[in-house]
Amino acid sequence: MGDPVAHDIALSDEQLRSLYRLMALSRRVDRQAINLTRQGALGVFASSQGQEAAQVGAVFALEADDWLFPTYRETVGTFARGVDIVELLALFSGSWHCGFDPYQYRVAPLTTPLATQALHAVGLAMAARIRHDPIVALTFFGDGAASEGDAHEALNMAGVFGAPVVFVVQNNGYAISVPYRLQTKASSIALRAAGVGMPGIRVDGNDVVSVYGAVRTALDRARRGDGPTLIEAVTYRLEAHTTADDTTRYRSDDEATSWRGRDPIERFSGSLREAGLIDDGFVAGVDAEGDAITARMRDSLFDAPAGDPREMFDHVYATQTPLLEAELAILQQELTAAEETA
Amino acid sequence: MEVTMAGALNAALRDSMREDDSVVVYGEDVGKLGGVFRVSDGLQAEMGIDRCFDTPVAESGIVGTAIGMAIYGMRPVVEMQFDGFSYPALDQVISHVAKYRSRTRGRVGLPLVIRIPYGGGIGAVEHHSESPEAYYAHTAGLTVVTPGTPSDAYALLRESIAFDDPVIFLEPKRRYWLKEDLDLPVTAPPIGRAVVRRAGTAATVIAYGPMVTTALEAANRAADESGIDLEVVDVRTLSPLDMHTLVSSATKTGRALVVHEAARFAGYGAEIAAELTERAFGYLAAPVLRVTGWDVPYPSAKIERHFLPDADRILDAVARLLEY
Repeated sequence: MGDPVAHDIALSDEQLRSLYRLMALSRRVDRQAINLTRQGALGVFASSQGQEAAQVGAVFALEADDWLFPTYRETVGTFARGVDIVELLALFSGSWHCGFDPYQYRVAPLTTPLATQALHAVGLAMAARIRHDPIVALTFFGDGAASEGDAHEALNMAGVFGAPVVFVVQNNGYAISVPYRLQTKASSIALRAAGVGMPGIRVDGNDVVSVYGAVRTALDRARRGDGPTLIEAVTYRLEAHTTADDTTRYRSDDEATSWRGRDPIERFSGSLREAGLIDDGFVAGVDAEGDAITARMRDSLFDAPAGDPREMFDHVYATQTPLLEAELAILQQELTAAEETA
Repeated sequence: MEVTMAGALNAALRDSMREDDSVVVYGEDVGKLGGVFRVSDGLQAEMGIDRCFDTPVAESGIVGTAIGMAIYGMRPVVEMQFDGFSYPALDQVISHVAKYRSRTRGRVGLPLVIRIPYGGGIGAVEHHSESPEAYYAHTAGLTVVTPGTPSDAYALLRESIAFDDPVIFLEPKRRYWLKEDLDLPVTAPPIGRAVVRRAGTAATVIAYGPMVTTALEAANRAADESGIDLEVVDVRTLSPLDMHTLVSSATKTGRALVVHEAARFAGYGAEIAAELTERAFGYLAAPVLRVTGWDVPYPSAKIERHFLPDADRILDAVARLLEY
């Protein structure tokens, strides 16, 4: 498998500018989310800094009717797909596990049990194939999740059923603290594709055009009915696993510094400036857009109301059960008593 | 016409698939072979390979893909080949099947059915005779159904497939060959309703799945041998539980026991006993007893009859109930 390979697919100037804009906004959103966590508005946050090219490049290749199955690591990819950032951060703010409507965006909830969502993507793709709908499901998982049994089952079943699904593994080098070399003896996760009879491609995950090209090629292939593809995007998590993590316990500053030198956004903006596709004015416009989005995040997430606790009973079943009705009545008494003493 | 439980389940799958083209049936060996118990016999031939198909041996994969199918609007009915092989899928069941509607604030329900042949009494090797119902019943968001008769097998499976929420459908495999004279299609009381299988006055025997037949056998013997008139209640739906019917019966007879194959400790019978005690304490002449399998791993075939509750064990407990 060797070194990452480049997969260029012709992009218009407008598309290139859009990629820059989405990555730059992603970085702003991510930084704001970390700050909001430090200030107590979010309980925890899993940063995507350094992985913007892998996420944005992948979702940018999707068609409107395609589906996305993200994990908690893909906040910015899901944001770039168009999910409202405040709805998206509900998982981390603690207002509801999934704050957006999956059917509105054709995006599944951010999943935390590792690799489980890859099977959901395969199942949805199998259903689309049975229905003869020309849609593709894209799912992300990480190098850590690649060790889960569900990752293998998803790859194998997608292969067997020729499911129109694209697997994008963001290999960011760490499963929280455990480095890649302690997770697998294989030189590449993309090698696993051969074991399940599908193409496996390794790309430079910090090169947004390469990621886009590889994913676009895989999506086209799946949409033609030629089956799934596994894409390994080699990247690096610049920040800690989550805001609750401490990287000094397991990795060196030198390593992170070296990867900061390969920052996907600086790298891409540099080449766009060289090509004359963006200038200070364009960058300032994107910054202003970022200001507005982050201001809205602060306004909406600071002191956001907790919501009505009675709602926890509302969506367990389509039809309410006698047990839950009885428990809701007890909670109501507790709430009433609390109001009276307040 | 005489119909076995396996035949009734097969007819339910076929009729549901004919009625609704979003119903798909898949799992290990369910296609060409028709399932190891032949419950899906002939479905692939009639409905085509897109509607009934074999999968790799991957239980988590079977349930996980069913979730994606249900999100897309299909009604997957998947089979776990045996109770003891359903555990690899528990993560998908507990983490996703049970939680998706709640997680998405009611926006994404999962209309899927997970069929699991369960229980012992067929002389099987290890891992083929388990009773995992308490794991599922304990998990909020699941509906857990288990038929005790062929007509219930048909009607409850049809209703489970048409249900808007995920259903764990536990099939008592030792009763697959139990026969009943009936004309399909049959209807039955809905999911969430227990039924009185035999009216009586002396005590209430509460059973479900494979133990319904055993409880009725015990009741008939009590009547024949001792003139004791037992009431037998078939729970049918383990979650949500129809306490109304159970309380009515126990209040009437003043004595109750619960029978199941699964181990006693933290088992399903403890829930029924606790609820009856809370709701009918003043009407009970005796504590609610449990007649169960022992708290040991399911034993090997040649000694399993000493593990499984039978009519004798039930009648011993009835005698203790009546002594109070």
